[in-house]
Amino acid sequence: MRIAVVDYNAGNLRSVETALKYLKADFFITGRPEELRGADKLIFPGVGEAKAAMQVLEETGLGGAITEFYKSGRPLLGICLGSQIVLADSEESNTRCLGLVPGTARLFPAKAGFKVPHMGWNQVVHDGKHFLFKGIPSGSSFYFVHSYYPDPESKEYCMAGTDYIIEFCSGLCAENLNAFQFHPEKSGKYGLKLLDNFINAGTTVC
Amino acid sequence: MLEKRIIVCLDVRAGRTTKGIKFKENIDVGDPVEMAEFYYNQGVDELVFYDITASAEKRKIMIDVVAAVAEHIFIPFSVGGGIASVAEMREVLLAGAEKVSVNSQAVRNPSIIEEGASLFGRQCIVLGMDALRDPSFPSGYRVVIDGGRTPTEFDALEWARRAESLGAGEIVVNSIDADGTQDGYELAVTGLISRSVGIPVVASGGAGTIEHIYEVFTKAQADAALIASMVHFGTYTIPGIKSFLQNKHIPVRSDF
Repeated sequence: MRIAVVDYNAGNLRSVETALKYLKADFFITGRPEELRGADKLIFPGVGEAKAAMQVLEETGLGGAITEFYKSGRPLLGICLGSQIVLADSEESNTRCLGLVPGTARLFPAKAGFKVPHMGWNQVVHDGKHFLFKGIPSGSSFYFVHSYYPDPESKEYCMAGTDYIIEFCSGLCAENLNAFQFHPEKSGKYGLKLLDNFINAGTTVC
Repeated sequence: MLEKRIIVCLDVRAGRTTKGIKFKENIDVGDPVEMAEFYYNQGVDELVFYDITASAEKRKIMIDVVAAVAEHIFIPFSVGGGIASVAEMREVLLAGAEKVSVNSQAVRNPSIIEEGASLFGRQCIVLGMDALRDPSFPSGYRVVIDGGRTPTEFDALEWARRAESLGAGEIVVNSIDADGTQDGYELAVTGLISRSVGIPVVASGGAGTIEHIYEVFTKAQADAALIASMVHFGTYTIPGIKSFLQNKHIPVRSDF
């Protein structure tokens, strides 16, 4: 089971890399679209600005390769910006995104007493049915840093929720694609558990 | 609900955690990696490493420390101390730190905040600010640098706002008056800045008891509390602090 971690120059991959090493995953990091084809699973991380990220994905052909990977039915895990880029578009610089999941990444509305970015540990609520949450109680805390949040068109694409200013979808699920707004690689033992579940999953289909 | 963060600060000199840390447990208290792991396992939410050597020739040692820490703990941590260029920021981030903290160098050259934020994202850039009570300044606090030795003409609140607009993602407000006293955080400056900026504020300097942490969350709207000696000397433990806060209905991460 070889996992490809997509390097598209969006933020630092080092923490994903150290977490996967710690979990003894069989993985490689690549920025070459053709190398994604040979992988069994794909991790699509990212921190940064949506428009800049999409530009790189389009220029390098990685965007097309990720879409192709998704359509092949193999497990794909998005993290942080990766959970926004898979949507149809983002309010951040009005960016058209990959469109694997119908929906929009939206900016948190302003509310007195609440700061943006949403930074720190917050609870992730889920129904416990999905394999990726095996061994992780609903309500466990994960680490978040973001100003935009995924807003899928239908609730059926939402596998986890978090409360900050509004109730937002912190975990997306569309067939073989799972994408989380929080950082499992920075979320202590439950974050590692989630990554380990992904590494060991036979299938991640919702 | 977003939880209040407890952040432990470790001072590192030439690759070793500085003296003054006492532990009963069987760990090497001089080893930053073992110290980090110890607090990680105790459930700390974040760690800060201050490179108090902070000279260019010793920087390499700190980078090695950062890389080793990153392989063992899976929570965010930041690194500060003498970082003066985006090249140095890049080194620290690539070694595995989540954030870099700039203090005196940002006062001398505020554009480092802007450059860092545009290259690495604002969530990576923390402004560390040392504030000293001074009634002749509009907010009542003056910014001092070089560990408190050099006064500046910056007003603490104005500087906080400016740093935010330049792209800082978080501000650590360290009170020089309260630092080392263990008499409690400087609530006035922490609250003033926290209410005036839209980014998270970390309270620093003066924590001596659990009540001080409770106070800075409830009276000064701090988003996180930085602590050091109260846990280094074994007076309190992270689980002890968290269960106290939880009983007082402060949201904290308690299952880790």
